[in-house]
Amino acid sequence: MSDAKAGAGERAGSGGRRGVAARRAPDDIDRRLINALQGDFPLSETPFAEVGAALGLSEGEVIARLQSLLDDHVLTRFGPMFQIERMGGAFCLAAIAVPEADWPRVVEAVNAFPEVAHNYRREHALNMWFVLATESPAGIDDCARRMEAATGLRVHLFPKEKEYFVEMKLEA
Amino acid sequence: MRANAMADAAAEGVNEGPPADLDRRIVLATQGGLPLVPRPYAAVAAQLGVSEATLRERMAAMLADGRIRRIGAVPNHYAIGYTANGMSVWDIDDALIDAVGERVGALPFVTHCYRRPRHLPDWPYNLFAMVHAGSREAALARVAEIAALLEREFRGACRRREVLFSAGILKKTGLRIGG
Repeated sequence: MSDAKAGAGERAGSGGRRGVAARRAPDDIDRRLINALQGDFPLSETPFAEVGAALGLSEGEVIARLQSLLDDHVLTRFGPMFQIERMGGAFCLAAIAVPEADWPRVVEAVNAFPEVAHNYRREHALNMWFVLATESPAGIDDCARRMEAATGLRVHLFPKEKEYFVEMKLEA
Repeated sequence: MRANAMADAAAEGVNEGPPADLDRRIVLATQGGLPLVPRPYAAVAAQLGVSEATLRERMAAMLADGRIRRIGAVPNHYAIGYTANGMSVWDIDDALIDAVGERVGALPFVTHCYRRPRHLPDWPYNLFAMVHAGSREAALARVAEIAALLEREFRGACRRREVLFSAGILKKTGLRIGG
């Protein structure tokens, strides 16, 4: 997408409420690089050089831009995306209805769990939605109970019963 | 030193431990990201005390069997212009949920689509379809498009719906298993 305001939308506001916000908008070269890097990154000796060759960038430019995109939170991570369910583990969507006055404390308490892979604020009575990733299916319930003890709030679990579609790529 | 001994042994193709154990160490070493150096796999291999060839073979095997979905970048979707991130949730007749789920999941603007349990009485929704768009209006128009399609093709199957817009990313690290 080519919205000039991209990146600025979530920049303002306190960290506790807004969380991870991008510090700049990607330029055209960034966008081409982001799109290329959402495909299959080469499993070769010098993968950054290969990616660069396809885009007309040097290996050094690819690495420097990637570092800057990560530093500025335009990218949230770069590396292998593991499907923990294929390794005997589990993912589970979960939600908490957080009282507004308690928001900063609960964000901190929930995010402190390494099992929380990502966490979003959403506009609803259930206003905090996050994904738990654990090394065993039993770990999900265990984590939810520890989180209830840590926050004093009920954790609602929404395990997936069926996956109809998952897209892993968003065109920049 | 132990690390050097392991590296030497690894270079000779011995004492790398069973693959399952090595695979787990690969997850631990790379779940935070690949090192941004010209030879990232050589760097991870050195850290794990195995040869680069072994590391790349194991990662290729993990890609082939789906333990790694893909290797690459995860964009902050706000930063690349997808500022409206709407989780549409639907209360669909249980008898039709799979047919509806397959249909909605196949729409080009739906990025994730799952069946999940209801939490009655507060949460009657059993179908979750994520819609990313450049504005709230565009996202809502797409949700309305889904509703119209359901009314045409599965009349009466949808009893209620809501859209929960994201108001900010609080954390997005990806999975982190313990050491």
